Amino acid sequence: MKLRYFGALVGCLALAACDSDKEEAITTTEDSAQVDTGTAADFIATAGDRVFFELNKHDLSPEAKATLERQAAWWKAHPDKEFVVEGHCDERGTREYNLALGERRANQAIGFLVDYGVSENHIRGYSCGKDRPFEILGANKEEFWRQNRTAVTVVQ
Amino acid sequence: MNFQRFFINFLIGGCCLAGRFLATAEVVIDINRGVMKPTQIAIPNFHGSTPLANDIAYVVARDLESSGLFTLINPQAYIQSFPSFATRPQFKDWHLIHAQILLHGNVTLAGDKIDVTFKVYDVISQQVLDQFSLSGRAKGWRQMAHMVADTVYTRVTGEKPYFNSRIVYIAETRKGKRRTKRLAIMDRDGANHKFLTRGNTLVITPRFSPVDQEITYFTYLEAVNARGRRSSRGGRIYRFNLQTGRTDAIGNVRGISFAPRYAPDGQSLIFSIVHKGISSIYTFDLRTRVMRRLTHENCIDTSPCYSPDGRRIVFNSDRGGSQQLYIMNADGTDVRRLSFGQGRFATPVWSPRGDWIAFTWLTPGDFYIGVMRPDGTGQRMIAKGYLVECPTWAPNGRVLMFTRQELNGKTHLYSIDVTGYNERPVPTPQEASDAAWSSLIQ
Repeated sequence: MKLRYFGALVGCLALAACDSDKEEAITTTEDSAQVDTGTAADFIATAGDRVFFELNKHDLSPEAKATLERQAAWWKAHPDKEFVVEGHCDERGTREYNLALGERRANQAIGFLVDYGVSENHIRGYSCGKDRPFEILGANKEEFWRQNRTAVTVVQ
Repeated sequence: MNFQRFFINFLIGGCCLAGRFLATAEVVIDINRGVMKPTQIAIPNFHGSTPLANDIAYVVARDLESSGLFTLINPQAYIQSFPSFATRPQFKDWHLIHAQILLHGNVTLAGDKIDVTFKVYDVISQQVLDQFSLSGRAKGWRQMAHMVADTVYTRVTGEKPYFNSRIVYIAETRKGKRRTKRLAIMDRDGANHKFLTRGNTLVITPRFSPVDQEITYFTYLEAVNARGRRSSRGGRIYRFNLQTGRTDAIGNVRGISFAPRYAPDGQSLIFSIVHKGISSIYTFDLRTRVMRRLTHENCIDTSPCYSPDGRRIVFNSDRGGSQQLYIMNADGTDVRRLSFGQGRFATPVWSPRGDWIAFTWLTPGDFYIGVMRPDGTGQRMIAKGYLVECPTWAPNGRVLMFTRQELNGKTHLYSIDVTGYNERPVPTPQEASDAAWSSLIQ
């Protein structure tokens, strides 16, 4: 009986893996595989690509600041790279307001990164509002919302 | 907040509206009790040698029933039959089955041309309320049916017509994280459905021009790198001409332009531009292409909407700390706060009749669609859900449509009477959001 459940679970994971971007497939294997320095996978592994926000807020938490400091340090080691910061919102807001809020979050992260040495010419930010959710609905609603209140730094 | 209180509010709203009906119609619609008593209507088969005769009668019946203000009496109960269009009704036979209104029509088809003649009878006073003839191209028969229904609706309720109108909205499909959002258009009753974009870009918030066959909307732009990773490139406002299929980007702006809406004369757009985290309201003249900034606060100002006379603008802003509704003159002067109290207020939309502003009220538990007077009084909620938003008004300002997303992520359109009565789903081929109602098709 237990074994059958396990089989079903593995099936789900396999499906999820098929759906996700190639980028994430790389991150899940970063522990075992060698990650080339300067790649997007290296950035995610050494700095972390995401910071999180409170509901309807754009202030940076101490954790968020620590992540952004690591992102800025990573960029200084790879100053030819370009960053795109995507601001996301959870779905508990109206569409147009969230578009503005996502931009505000991206802008907040960019301001911090620039203060910590990332060249303004190498960084851009855009809002995804609530229309390109970073996570899809799982069992835990609160966690699903939290995951989507985020600014994601993408290495170009 | 409990729903009981909202219900009491419906009753109060209902009383005000009933006064309007009393003044204008022979058959009084009773909405004093909040629970409306629809008018009983009988629609025997229309006369005519063409199958379109029955098709038209069917569309008319469906339109009238969908308003919630009419109930169709089952044709099997009809006592009298009409051997010809000229046959005079036996009013006592119609009275016996509780019909208040009798609609009878005749349809003739000659080549490509169709003629529809119809009579509206008041069974109680035994009089012809109205008699009309319409003619047009046969392929436009559905529009003619909507015009017949609009005539009956207007004559009986005293309200302005709205059946002969269209809806533009966003058709949604989902596969994992990836959502497709396509622009789609349909008649108010769901007929003549058509997709307008292919789905390779995310499109949101379409709005109809009040005067032209044109819509405006926002599109997200993306870049895809060699490894297939998509990243955002912001987005911008487009105009789409429904007759030519031509698409135009609006203005070359620093920052992202979004939340577009037409001015009541259709000659300019009003929208937000966000730059360095600050969203402000701008207007854009479609002829001169001159852009003008109206708000200058360090905050989020968005979802602007004109009053029907074009003299005022309602919008939402978090300049006071939380998202609330504000109102200002069309030139940006005399800004006043309109909404107070708990929760956040968003997406204000001015009724084409000018008497109400519809909005979304966000509470930590549920979202609500509500209406308030343009001075902020008379606030009442008419619909609720895990996530409801994006209200849009029927051209007569009597009915609204809105988006409702369930907890499981499924999203659909609903229509509702301004009194909070007659909420019903709007059928669409896929999931749907962001509906915008057109003006009446003349």
